[in-house]
Amino acid sequence: MSLLTFFFSLHFLQEGGANDQTAMTFCLTDEDHTFGNSLRYMVNKNPQVDFCGYSIPHPSESKMNIRIQTSSKTTAVEAFRKGMVDLTEMTKYIRQAYMAELEKGAYETFDELV
Amino acid sequence: MANTTDLPENVEFLRKHVLVERDRVTSVSGSDYPHQYPGLNNQWDLETFKENFKVTINRLSEHSVEFDLVGVDASVANAFRRVMIAEVPTMAIENVYVMNNTSIIHDEVLSHRLGLVPIRAPPDAFDYRSADDGPTDLNTLVFKLKVKCQRNPNAAADETDPQNLYINSNVYSRDLVWEPKGNQQEKFGEDKIGPVYDDILLAKLRPGQEIEMELHCTKGIGREHAKWSPVATASYRLLPKIEILSPIEGPAAIKFQGCFADGVIELVQDNGKTLAKVVNARKDTVSREALRHPEFENKVRLSRVRDHFIFNVESTGIIPPQDIFVRALDVFLEKVDHIRPALDKVTNNS
Repeated sequence: MSLLTFFFSLHFLQEGGANDQTAMTFCLTDEDHTFGNSLRYMVNKNPQVDFCGYSIPHPSESKMNIRIQTSSKTTAVEAFRKGMVDLTEMTKYIRQAYMAELEKGAYETFDELV
Repeated sequence: MANTTDLPENVEFLRKHVLVERDRVTSVSGSDYPHQYPGLNNQWDLETFKENFKVTINRLSEHSVEFDLVGVDASVANAFRRVMIAEVPTMAIENVYVMNNTSIIHDEVLSHRLGLVPIRAPPDAFDYRSADDGPTDLNTLVFKLKVKCQRNPNAAADETDPQNLYINSNVYSRDLVWEPKGNQQEKFGEDKIGPVYDDILLAKLRPGQEIEMELHCTKGIGREHAKWSPVATASYRLLPKIEILSPIEGPAAIKFQGCFADGVIELVQDNGKTLAKVVNARKDTVSREALRHPEFENKVRLSRVRDHFIFNVESTGIIPPQDIFVRALDVFLEKVDHIRPALDKVTNNS
């Protein structure tokens, strides 16, 4: 496990889970509230997820823990994956809609008094 | 959020609004998750999201943009705001090689000031430079700053203004000269590489003092140092909502109008009486002044619409303001793309 933490930006916390795959805590390095809160929101939107929360153990260390507990119909890793897929879908749609608005040009342009 | 439900009116109100009371703000956290409300299936569905989502660009100027995002959650809006401030890359002066500095501004103070000068350069065209990389034309921009202050022989005898008494007594950002290296001249010759603003005062000199330095710009993100942040700031607020529960008439209506910013409340004449009417809650600054007066306390309900975010992004000039949001979305998508293979690796090995 410790080798995994050194090379990758994500690993499991050992005592996090039951013996089945429905409960797990993931530790991500170099991530913070930006990704943590939005992923937590998206994973919670999954009806098969019983619990999802994130925490930052200490602000001086750039680590973020995210804990996912699911019903028996899916696994924690699947819920994590689905959360990321949904987040990507949503962001791509927002980008597309924003670009379309920019194209339309239906906004007011003004000059600032510098 | 779904538009019609069978929930009681107060629950529905709290589901969609943040309530602003005289001495507190309640109902702050979003609750659009599955299993929260009977009959409401809030599970993630892209089509439902697309129906409820709306983005509107309101105002655009050379330096700032104001746009609305409706239908997203606070965590996502905040994530975009954080990425705009801290994770969209730009170029800024990082290494300062001092050949000569006889001014009274210390080397490190002057270097700090130089770092904060916004540099117009397309950040996508450059690579990041790590600690053990040397400077190459692919990851560094070189500027030279060479200024010498001399006495002005043509000044009048009783002149007091240092600008006229001395030549080059003020060092401005326009004195930064770009030195193209490698093929940078062909790549960026058209782009006007240099400080965004010419008139940033960097140092003051007196005759005999001179500054000679070579400045290297590298690519970075705001998280490492605020000089790399592309925004002066990026912020959002939630759309305010003012509901008048029972009519406010006569002189009280005039007082009520005075409690809000101009343009929020209008006085209409109805059967000879002056009535207060909310016309543009968006302009409200939510100072809650109306709640400070006991006569209005039960007549007005102040709240904010939970999923309507009014973003205001002010750029430092390096990246046009309307592009900053798009770049922030791209950086956010890259983050997810970075985590997904890490997850796959770890789950396959365990």
